[in-house]
Amino acid sequence: MTDLASPAGTASTPAISRPGLLFAALGFVGLVVPLVQFKANRIVLGEGVLLPGALGAAGWLLAAAFAVGLLAGISARLDYRLRLLIGCAGVVAALLALGATAQALTPPDNNMARVAPATGFWLLMLAFALMATDALSRMHLSLAQRWLMLAGAGVVIGAILWSGWLDGVSVMREYAARKDLFWREAWRHLILAFGSLGAALVVGLPIGIGIYQSPRLRRPVLGVLNILQTIPSLALFGIMIPIFGWIAANVPGAASAGIAGIGIFPALVALFLYSLLPVVSNTLVGLNGVSPAARDAAFGLGMTEAQVLRGVLLPLALPVIIAAVRIVLVQNIGLAVIAGLIGGGGFGTFVFQGLNQTAMDLVLLGALPTIALALIAGIALDLLVEALDRHKPERTEA
Amino acid sequence: MIARLLLGLAALFLVAFLLSPDSFAWLFRPLTSNNAPAIYTQTSLLSLTLSHLGLVALAVIASTIVAVGLGILVTRPAGREFLPLARTITSVGQTFPPVAVLALAVPVMGFGAGPTLVALFLYGLLPIFENTLTGLTSQPPDVTEAARGMGLTRRQRLWQVELPLALPLILAGIRLSAVISLATATIGSTVAAKTLGEVIIAGLLSSNTAFVAQGGLVVGLLAILIYEGFQALESRGARRMGTAGR
Amino acid sequence: MIEIRNLTKRYDETTVVDDVSLTVETGQIAALVGTSGSGKTTLLRMINRLVEPTSGTVLIDGTDTATIAPHILRRRIGYAIQGHGLFPHRTVGQNIATVPTLLKWPEAEIRARVDELLELFQLDPAQFRDRMPHELSGGQQQRVGVARALAARPELLLMDEPFGALDPVIRAKAQEDLRALQRQLGTTLVIVTHDMEEAVALGDRIAVMDKGRLLQYGPPDEILTAPATPFVQALIGEGERPFRLLSLSTVADLVQPGEAPGPAIPPEASLRDALAECLWSGRELLPVEGGGIVTLARLRECATGAGAATT
Repeated sequence: MTDLASPAGTASTPAISRPGLLFAALGFVGLVVPLVQFKANRIVLGEGVLLPGALGAAGWLLAAAFAVGLLAGISARLDYRLRLLIGCAGVVAALLALGATAQALTPPDNNMARVAPATGFWLLMLAFALMATDALSRMHLSLAQRWLMLAGAGVVIGAILWSGWLDGVSVMREYAARKDLFWREAWRHLILAFGSLGAALVVGLPIGIGIYQSPRLRRPVLGVLNILQTIPSLALFGIMIPIFGWIAANVPGAASAGIAGIGIFPALVALFLYSLLPVVSNTLVGLNGVSPAARDAAFGLGMTEAQVLRGVLLPLALPVIIAAVRIVLVQNIGLAVIAGLIGGGGFGTFVFQGLNQTAMDLVLLGALPTIALALIAGIALDLLVEALDRHKPERTEA
Repeated sequence: MIARLLLGLAALFLVAFLLSPDSFAWLFRPLTSNNAPAIYTQTSLLSLTLSHLGLVALAVIASTIVAVGLGILVTRPAGREFLPLARTITSVGQTFPPVAVLALAVPVMGFGAGPTLVALFLYGLLPIFENTLTGLTSQPPDVTEAARGMGLTRRQRLWQVELPLALPLILAGIRLSAVISLATATIGSTVAAKTLGEVIIAGLLSSNTAFVAQGGLVVGLLAILIYEGFQALESRGARRMGTAGR
Repeated sequence: MIEIRNLTKRYDETTVVDDVSLTVETGQIAALVGTSGSGKTTLLRMINRLVEPTSGTVLIDGTDTATIAPHILRRRIGYAIQGHGLFPHRTVGQNIATVPTLLKWPEAEIRARVDELLELFQLDPAQFRDRMPHELSGGQQQRVGVARALAARPELLLMDEPFGALDPVIRAKAQEDLRALQRQLGTTLVIVTHDMEEAVALGDRIAVMDKGRLLQYGPPDEILTAPATPFVQALIGEGERPFRLLSLSTVADLVQPGEAPGPAIPPEASLRDALAECLWSGRELLPVEGGGIVTLARLRECATGAGAATT
């Protein structure tokens, strides 16, 4: 805080960045607690290993590098771009350190031993990810730059996974053991999330338009959808099973059309039912938000009902409708995990298998991709909403 | 008026069903097959409900204290630096699937009520924090100016002006958090927490739809009642300030 | 020519427009004036059938509008409203092209028409064609709104408080421009306003409405000098009346031979401006550009309505 240390004109900015201090604290705790857990097999409790303990001199060097990065973040004068760079480098380095540790600790020709990420690794990741996020949230990047950041992050993480550097880590060992199954369940998960979203759009948009045009129907329709939303997901999934079992058994042709009480179908319908409310209510909100003057002018200039809807109302309501798509997609990616519990497939299969066997690595194999998927979907759709909202004057920078 | 009557009836039904589930066996009988029991009796429904509600209440209270505290912190001059970060974390954090959070809490907490509580707490933080932020940062400028002009100290402004004005929004956040927690707690049964999810899972395992339905019914009714209760509270607050929306 | 015959609109028990009949000659401007809730907007909206009448008919050039499909009818009638109602997701050019596109004009013709209109409204086509509406000022948005209404060369233009969102200075200019444009194009114009001054400035005829009824329909000087009911009189505003009367005529109508010292006033200036000039400069006589004078005494006379010098 001394004026001697601060160059002219920065007297008002403190020399220490408080967020930087927080990140450094998190990171340093991460450095002094075990980075990984070494387990003799996938079920037993393991013992913690620190970074230097696993890698020796290289470990000390790496730990020192982490420390320098964290300390640099404390200075408030550090440029945001540099801060972002340190954050990203820290995340990548932590991943690489994890892989290197796993390789170093696993005895050759031992298929039973497991090296799992422990508190230290997660804290380091958290510290650097927060540092990068903090810098990003202050940089006011353009839309294109943010798309590029998202794509870049995907490419880098994908490349690290692809390179095989992390193959020694427990989660990746679980993955290697069931590669085919993993991609099959991943595909299932996507079908569950996107399929239910698609169906909700096909059904929900017309309903939303319908209750926009006849206000009398609004209360009953939204009421029913609201009540659907309060049924806990587990129960809704569960109730679908006998219903579709009954339909498959009693409605001619249903079984041959793929409808069955087990498998993906009940889960898909349950997710669809949950998705209806956001789609319908946002469609209504979006349409209601169109300026009455624009709507009046559209009719006054001689557009037909259909032309007004297609040419004016729906395009103007689009950002709000896409916001519903974001809500639904993120929600369904998460809820689809529960399908694993009723045999509907998806990443939930691994989560619940892992919980049953108390094999946490298997839980991670299901949970991490789910989180990644939800994150990507959430960020991508946020960017899309923002892009669509551009021509609207009322959204000015707060 | 009709809505209020229906709510009252729902509450009455819920209480009656929980106190004497067997009197409603006829209702669930059609959902069973092969003479399976119509009512879950392994653990009493009432105790499961109370423990379910207890978990939710504990988590929501903890979330409220922490989230409102953090919300106040990042809107004070000392914490302003954290504001952009806090905003990003809340919007990103809400994309985390509750089930995944629950599963990830298991290695840290072991099985039982612990991981459920942690997941409910973490997940419950976000809506309350977000609404607290919105409430505290979108105050009518003339009111804050007037408060300053009348010579209220910072602390007095916070307690006498800013928090009361933000209260309806904070309540809305708590309501959202409570309803999400209520549903997520159901899944807590998969990691051996004592909640109403136990009934549903028992039904799934033994293909007894009656169990699934009664578990779902109780949780659903609880959710509706809590939702409406909070909403009544919010609109009362909003009416008093003459800011009743819509 | 528009003939409105016994037009009535009822919503349940309330009568919004009550048995109104009036005729607007081709090429004339009719201003519908009244307080809010007087039914003037509903009357306007029944002309292009945005509101369906409960009873009565509207004839445009002898054709009953009820016999034409509403959207076809509306494409033949220009329509401009308060707050302009521009489509925020379409460019200025696309907005203006709305009706020609609906009428399936050839692409090249539409483009030519858009540029022509932009120039007519003093907006450089190269600069404004591809802008979004929110990038324009209020006055520019309003002009685009009117340009859009005129795009398909309608013979009839309906306007609902078109200048309501503009500030007074821009509004006066916009009124002047509209008046000039209407004379140039010969479009029949029905305009709704709550502002008597605007009605006097624009209307060849003024229809005063209250509670759904037509109280008086006639030329501005008649409305000002012989208000039919106390309500009309109140609407004019007793204190403002002399000035309103003066603003109806130009210096050219009152010029008499003679000579006077000092700066001259242009013959197309309104009498109101002339009076203001006299009072400001403390002169009894003003020279008129191109010869002649106008006297303060004569101006005073006109203000009482006695020597109303109408065109």
